[in-house]
Amino acid sequence: MIKFFLMVNKQGQTRLSKYYEHADINKRTLLETEVIKSCLSRSNEQCSFIEYKDFKLIYRQYAALFIVVGVNDTENEMAIYEFIHNFVEVLDEYFSRVSELDIMFNLDKVHIILDEMVLNGCIVETNRARILAPLLILDKMSES
Amino acid sequence: MALKMVKGSIDRMFDKNLQDLVRGIRNHKEDEAKYISQCIDEIKQELKQDNIAVKANAVCKLTYLQMLGYDISWAAFNIIEVMSASKFTFKRIGYLAASQSFHEGTDVIMLTTNQIRKDLSSPSQYDTGVALTGLSCFVTPDLARDLANDIMTLMSHTKPYIRKKAVLIMYKVFLKYPESLRPAFPRLKEKLEDPDPGVQSAAVNVICELARRNPKNYLSLAPLFFKLMTSSTNNWVLIKIIKLFGALTPLEPRLGKKLIEPLTNLIHSTSAMSLLYECVNTVIAVLISLSSGMPNHSASIQLCVQKLRILIEDSDQNLKYLGLLAMSKILKTHPKSVQSHKDLILQCLDDKDESIRLRALDLLYGMVSKKNLMEIVKKLMTHVDKAEGTTYRDELLTKIIDICSQSNYQYITNFEWYISILVELTRLEGTRHGHLIAAQMLDVAIRVKAIRKFAVSQMSALLDSAHLLASSTQRNGICEVLYAAAWICGEFSEHLQEPHHTLEAMLRPRVTTLPGHIQAVYVQNVVKLYASILQQKEQAREAEGAQAVTQLMVDRLPQFVQSADLEVQERASCILQLVKHIQKLQAKDVPVAEEVSALFAGELNPVAPKAQKKVPVPEGLDLDAWINEPLSDSESEDERPRAVFHEEEQRRPKHRPSEADEEELARRREARKQEQANNPFYIKSSPSPQKRYQDTPGVEHIPVVQIDLSVPLKVPGLPMSDQYVKLEEERRHRQKLEKDKRRKKRKEKEKKGKRRHSSLPTESDEDIAPAQQVDIVTEEMPENALPSDEDDKDPNDPYRALDIDLDKPLADSEKLPIQKHRNTETSKSPEKDVPMVEKKSKKPKKKKKKKKKKKKKKKKKKKKK
Repeated sequence: MIKFFLMVNKQGQTRLSKYYEHADINKRTLLETEVIKSCLSRSNEQCSFIEYKDFKLIYRQYAALFIVVGVNDTENEMAIYEFIHNFVEVLDEYFSRVSELDIMFNLDKVHIILDEMVLNGCIVETNRARILAPLLILDKMSES
Repeated sequence: MALKMVKGSIDRMFDKNLQDLVRGIRNHKEDEAKYISQCIDEIKQELKQDNIAVKANAVCKLTYLQMLGYDISWAAFNIIEVMSASKFTFKRIGYLAASQSFHEGTDVIMLTTNQIRKDLSSPSQYDTGVALTGLSCFVTPDLARDLANDIMTLMSHTKPYIRKKAVLIMYKVFLKYPESLRPAFPRLKEKLEDPDPGVQSAAVNVICELARRNPKNYLSLAPLFFKLMTSSTNNWVLIKIIKLFGALTPLEPRLGKKLIEPLTNLIHSTSAMSLLYECVNTVIAVLISLSSGMPNHSASIQLCVQKLRILIEDSDQNLKYLGLLAMSKILKTHPKSVQSHKDLILQCLDDKDESIRLRALDLLYGMVSKKNLMEIVKKLMTHVDKAEGTTYRDELLTKIIDICSQSNYQYITNFEWYISILVELTRLEGTRHGHLIAAQMLDVAIRVKAIRKFAVSQMSALLDSAHLLASSTQRNGICEVLYAAAWICGEFSEHLQEPHHTLEAMLRPRVTTLPGHIQAVYVQNVVKLYASILQQKEQAREAEGAQAVTQLMVDRLPQFVQSADLEVQERASCILQLVKHIQKLQAKDVPVAEEVSALFAGELNPVAPKAQKKVPVPEGLDLDAWINEPLSDSESEDERPRAVFHEEEQRRPKHRPSEADEEELARRREARKQEQANNPFYIKSSPSPQKRYQDTPGVEHIPVVQIDLSVPLKVPGLPMSDQYVKLEEERRHRQKLEKDKRRKKRKEKEKKGKRRHSSLPTESDEDIAPAQQVDIVTEEMPENALPSDEDDKDPNDPYRALDIDLDKPLADSEKLPIQKHRNTETSKSPEKDVPMVEKKSKKPKKKKKKKKKKKKKKKKKKKKK
């Protein structure tokens, strides 16, 4: 089960955070700083799975942005690794060549996409067309 | 009035939306906090407006701020207002904010129940969708109970989009309100065969999660899943199903046998690494549950190990990590197949990546045997010397100790070698695990009687060494070892070669720089040593020698009396008084040694950690009754201990020994328990994972910078452990020769007598006898106490509540509470109410149905006519 989904940049600023298990607000910031510290200290040759307290972190770096997913012991790490890439591809298609600014200025839309893909800690949908369908309809509705 | 409206709309023009907020924050990098508090004030103003669009905008900004770490729980009511907006875009913003910030402690959640219900039954599928998504983050037991029925009906909605979401939400509902599982389960089963693949995978997900916790309830679904596995091509679904089978196979061995073939096919055919990894994992789980006698299975294990070897040899670090992870699972049940790859794993220890090194270390833990323990530890020690940075080195240290102390020191054949390893480890600077080494030394010295002499000689050399005293300022540093050294020298002082020398070493002025608890132990053990020296001197009739020792004590103890630590001060003052008293007695030529050594009579044995809990309460003892009348008598109790000391000076210390004994024992037990409580690696009752997730480590994570000495210190008097490796080999060789001789003799006898089943002369672990007589003292427990108990199970575990039998038919009491319209006309007879309830309950009331049918037929006939 996925515990949390974070997008943090190299300076340690959180660009997106979604928690699937309740955690106090001050604990959240602490957690995020620790997580980004452990991810930043790793080099390119090291593997993308870190063990942290009682769950595992799986991270991927895209330019200056780190996407970190925290899972509990029962998840398949490789599957989550592929899932992160899937997510980025979906964002790419929606924003046409997504950048960090796109995510910052359209945070609510990114949340909608993430909610379509992950519900209650489980991966629901991985098909790009199906994920983006409701969002595109929503855009049409708000334009009209 | 009109002016106000104009003013209001002008104000609204200057409202910031989310994009402006983000831009503003980026532009105000220096005074960000001030800018944000300004924005929050503006947001509060906006929330007071009536216009829903303005409120939605404000809530959107609040969501962003919440992500940055600002608490927005004060706006909970406003968020609910936005959630009730009719326009979808606003509603979405409200639900998003709710999912980010609401939790079980939010009081206003109950206000949302009706709103969510309205949204769930809304004609627009997107409204329903957004309600479902948001609900999953903040569902509480009350919400779950009220909305369970609505969500269940949604599972059969016409749109697959809704069905998918409803299915997934049910899992959360089950967790919060377990009574809903049984009524909902038949529908969930139906969804497994849903035509839409999205819904199908959602159902698979939910059932997998449920089954993983309580597998026995879901065995009946196994054939269905089998069909799905063979027909599906979606990798994500396959991974889930295979994981589920991994959980089911321990209960049903026949299932395991059937699974092996399709799984091996998948392993051969798939190109997805994640799927391969999952298959290997499940094959391992299957083979664990099956007996190992079957011939096919060794082939499957070999296949798995082969594939894993390929993964480990791959240059991609991720695959290496996964390979090592899976290997450690195989290790538990088939250690021999893994042991052949020991060289590969030792290679992984040299890897640049720390996670991989840690995994390889874990594997080594399971691969040790009596034969290769020394070799492996030797290799690890070279790593310890090479390792830069304190965290990995500490990890290595803990691992070395773990490996050696496994299963009550099962694999150690030569304890002298182990003690010399521990002493070598004390040469490490800047480690945080001094107490671990100390604990090990104590443990070995207490439990293995034969080694005490050697241990004592090593410890006395340690007490002499200056460099340990030098690092005394660090907490939990290597100076903790002195704690153990002092105690061992004191307790087993009969083995000491030069007790006087050790006594002087323990009384050196530099000792006062050590931490308080170590000094306390020093003081206590100085007395023990003193007692044994006195004994020796008196037996040799060296009265002057005895008096000289006493004088030494009187001279050196005052430095401890002046200590800032309470414990040290107290002990030192008591003992100083005692010694002065003894001095007076010695001046009168009274033999005093007997009584002084009687102070420390009695064997100390290790006590089990749960022993205190298991002490049975004696009959007639009521622990809740008052011990004495409150208040007035407590003063007299305080005075009594002082009276004891006054009497002391007149009487000989005859009374003290028995009290001191039990006091001592109790104190030592306490000290040991303290030690165990402070040791983070000691396995106590399991805390819930929630606590661990939210606890911060605090002080221990601050790295301490130490100057690394590249040249290993060669302290004279401490042996190098390498010589033991050679000694060990020679000893084993000798043993083997002896055994071969004995076997030859036995075989000659056999040829004369009947044929007996004799073991083949292959060397196995059991043949290697330890060098010393290993007498491992078991832990003390109160009588008739069981070693294990049910403390480990957490009573609040939500998954235990879900352990329900799903195959029994549904009883009436278990149906979900459904909202009915309140009957406004109370004069209605109960019989007329029955038709309404009938539709929802399944009770067959045939008579009434027949009557209805007859009535309908009559009506139809009438119409026709």
